Amino acid sequence: MGPKMQPRTLTDAEARDLRVLAGTMIPASDTYKMPGADDALIFADILKSLDRDFDDARAALAHLAKLSGGSYAALPPARRAEVAATFKQEGGPALFAVNRVVLLCYYRDDRVMRSLGQEPRSPFPKGHVVEQGDWSLLDPVKARPPMWRKVK
Amino acid sequence: MAGEVHDKVDVLIVGSGASGAAAAWSLAETRMRILCLEQGDWVKPTDYPTNGRDWEARLFGDFAINPNRRARETDYPINNGSSPIQVVNFNGVGGGTIMYTAHYPRLHPSDFRVKSLDGVADDWPVDYDLLEPFFAENDRVTGVSGLAGDPAYPFHQPPMPPQPLGKTGKRFGETLNKLGWHWWPSDSAIATVEYDGRAPCINLGHCTPGCAQGAKASTDITYWQHAIRAGVELRTRARVREITVGPDGMATGAIYYDADGKEHFQPAEMVIVACNGIGTPRLMLNSQSGRFPNGIANSSGLVGRNLMFHPFAHTYGYVEEPLDGNHGAQLPLWSQEFYETDRSRGFVRGYTLQLHRGAGTIVDAIANTARGFLPWGEDHHKVYRTILNRKLGLSAICEDLPEEHNRVTLDPVLKDSNGIPAPKIEYTLSDNSRKMMAHGVARSKEILAAAGATNIGGESPILNGGWHLMGTARMGTDPERSVVNEWGRSHDVKNLFVIDGSIWVTSGGVNPTSTIQALALYIADAIKQRLSNATLFD
Repeated sequence: MGPKMQPRTLTDAEARDLRVLAGTMIPASDTYKMPGADDALIFADILKSLDRDFDDARAALAHLAKLSGGSYAALPPARRAEVAATFKQEGGPALFAVNRVVLLCYYRDDRVMRSLGQEPRSPFPKGHVVEQGDWSLLDPVKARPPMWRKVK
Repeated sequence: MAGEVHDKVDVLIVGSGASGAAAAWSLAETRMRILCLEQGDWVKPTDYPTNGRDWEARLFGDFAINPNRRARETDYPINNGSSPIQVVNFNGVGGGTIMYTAHYPRLHPSDFRVKSLDGVADDWPVDYDLLEPFFAENDRVTGVSGLAGDPAYPFHQPPMPPQPLGKTGKRFGETLNKLGWHWWPSDSAIATVEYDGRAPCINLGHCTPGCAQGAKASTDITYWQHAIRAGVELRTRARVREITVGPDGMATGAIYYDADGKEHFQPAEMVIVACNGIGTPRLMLNSQSGRFPNGIANSSGLVGRNLMFHPFAHTYGYVEEPLDGNHGAQLPLWSQEFYETDRSRGFVRGYTLQLHRGAGTIVDAIANTARGFLPWGEDHHKVYRTILNRKLGLSAICEDLPEEHNRVTLDPVLKDSNGIPAPKIEYTLSDNSRKMMAHGVARSKEILAAAGATNIGGESPILNGGWHLMGTARMGTDPERSVVNEWGRSHDVKNLFVIDGSIWVTSGGVNPTSTIQALALYIADAIKQRLSNATLFD
């Protein structure tokens, strides 16, 4: 959050639509043993992470509500899918901002990280191992004559 | 004069980034009273994003590279207008080096002679040989890792061994060998062993959000540590509004605002501007007076003109087996196969191919959502598993030739939090740049295909790719065709110097920080020489 920004919150109706939308974007999967982005913990993270994207989120949700003729969350599943498809086409930068926040929160959830074989931790202080490799791979390049242009 | 008036200093440096830090360090040995004004803060290592689980999210927040998105109190807004490339920067001690990739190539000898060699733009008034000792000194102070013997460069010996090759580098190396094309481990401003009090790199991930380990050579932990111990004063949260001039046409100091918005006047015997290729022309254009109604030192009318970015043509693909992902420095290798001019390609000058490790877990998800590859719904999980840690990326960093219509002006409406007019960018891509980018994309796709990558994507130019800010107060021997002379002194104001990327005559096709710092050391050396024989202000 920017230093001068104050926390803002969505209305209950906006939050309900956003939660269902997040689940539309990334649903839970039995196949991969993954929670959906509408999972309670992940969605709580989404709500508190709108931050710089709050205005875009509110604009996107207003657009979604308009396409839904009211509440997106209250639509039957078949109609919801139709509205989501239209919204994805028409949502523009505001929708993308919302989608980005959903991804930012989803892919830092411990369960999601573990399911993907990732360690759920900060990079520092442990860091990561990158193999040194075999620099003899450079031998053909070392054999090349100078490539840079001589300048008088 | 309103506000607090401070004691006069001998040297006033505005900006503490790559060039300001190097000059401060070099001039410290003169024992003059040297003060640097920096509009931002010190950044504590514990503030860097890689300390936390939300490190990727902060790339879109308080460590966003675009200042308009980041919007810290210490940032100033930029009107990027309709430019296809947006300015990125960081305001704080260390400036852009806090956020840079630490990819650290030098300009090539040919880059200083583009008019003579290729008949375009202008030659520089300095050359590679003149700067070579300053490159070497800068490599030593900064702490550069790399491998000597690159056939694309005159011989030089980086003081530390290169970044690890890794799985990604191995894949690139094998592929480029198959194609018979040049590749080499990058010179990087990243410690690979303990160096000058800095711990070695532990592959936290991409270096752009700052290095919590302290392995990356941002100038707050390199030059500034030495300069401050040598007596240089660095004053933070000091945002300079204008450089003032006296009746004799000499610079008298600078007016700045502190964190509380209080106005100060800092008198100085000489002023060195080091605010980058956007901040410097902004400050100079805002420094209007009866003598300089169009901005200080602007008799040529070239302050703000000839803005050069490097258009980046980014291409990527995905292979079947996992590579390094985002672990390790982002740009461990380069290829200079297409660097020097070959007119059969349909354009002049050339580009470096930066060979990337992959993206972070989240950043890759965002990029693939943006291009419509990563779907909503159940298939999201299946598709995501085909991209995670499997990315090979390349960026053609293209030479951007100077054009006067590409420029920085003062926005008539937009202002920063102190009411100082903000910069406005007017920039278009040249036909030469477009052809060069297309060539870079085509060659990148050849490499990706040879590497077995599929699912090819790209962005050309990268919108948030205005990392390199050059040309807006160019150097030269002709006062009608340049803003500063061949050793960085203003033609119009004989105690005013410019030392950042603004003074570049042409851009080359490499990341500029190494050369910016070598130039700053060269100019500082010229100042010291002329101080010793009392010809500095002649």
